[in-house]
Amino acid sequence: MVVPLTHFLTLAAILFTIGVFGIFLNRKNVIIILMSIELILLSVNINLVAFSAYQGDLAGQVFAMFILTVAAAEAAIGLAIVVVYFRNRGSIDVDDINLMKG
Amino acid sequence: MTPHLLLFYLFATVAVAAAVMVVSARNTVHSVLFLILTFFNAAALFILIGAEFLAMVLVVVYVGAVAVLFMFVVMMLNINAVRMREGLMQYLPIGGLVGVILLVELILVAGTWAVADTPPPIEPRPTTAEGLTNTEALGNVFFTEYFYIFQAAGVILLVAIIGAITLTLRERPNVRRQNIGEQVHRDRKTAVELRKVKPRAGI
Repeated sequence: MVVPLTHFLTLAAILFTIGVFGIFLNRKNVIIILMSIELILLSVNINLVAFSAYQGDLAGQVFAMFILTVAAAEAAIGLAIVVVYFRNRGSIDVDDINLMKG
Repeated sequence: MTPHLLLFYLFATVAVAAAVMVVSARNTVHSVLFLILTFFNAAALFILIGAEFLAMVLVVVYVGAVAVLFMFVVMMLNINAVRMREGLMQYLPIGGLVGVILLVELILVAGTWAVADTPPPIEPRPTTAEGLTNTEALGNVFFTEYFYIFQAAGVILLVAIIGAITLTLRERPNVRRQNIGEQVHRDRKTAVELRKVKPRAGI
């Protein structure tokens, strides 16, 4: 492995930023926000796997596996909420989701 | 430039470009397809760094399950694509500002950390003992050291299944559903009726 660790960290940072940027940018579409969250979790996984490989410790990959599990569960629950919301309101605008503002 | 570095740049460039398309594509279906491309490239990067099992899990779970789930929902909901683009310019400056600041900070962290007094271990050590593949080594720790956490991950998935079904299941009036309990508990008294039939008279 001749790729420096910093390369992987930079790639993960770029992906994380794109994810955060996507959350800010798409105020009309909840599905794209969910996809941005998936991108953020992927960047975290890249960080964990890179550190795991370079430190010679498998714990990072085990943790990345659990993050995958939680991300899959989150996607299922999030999309279920989106479907229920669309059924009730007929749109998935983020701007409309302020009925419960405290 | 070694082949490893070349492959890294190839996969990383495609992954970043696809991630940009995910958040900026006009059509949500295209966004999902670009998300799949991003995950494929991330899996290739995992193989490059020696984490084959996670790469395969990424392809199976993300491309095979999560992306298809997204695709189902996108196609099931009738989303107005024109309204989706409203107000985009309104959030572009603040989003761009936050994004640039975050990116600069993160890269500064990675960069300065690499040139600190005690340099990080650049030369990777082998993650597995001799003769063990990555999958075997992961299995060895999954079912011994991390067994309870592994079970907890299963419980999380169970909660996700039950939650998703409970959220989306709806009882509609005037729809006849199969009631298995009722079917199984039918007995002869309610199901069969004996009648005397007279010849040439019918019932």
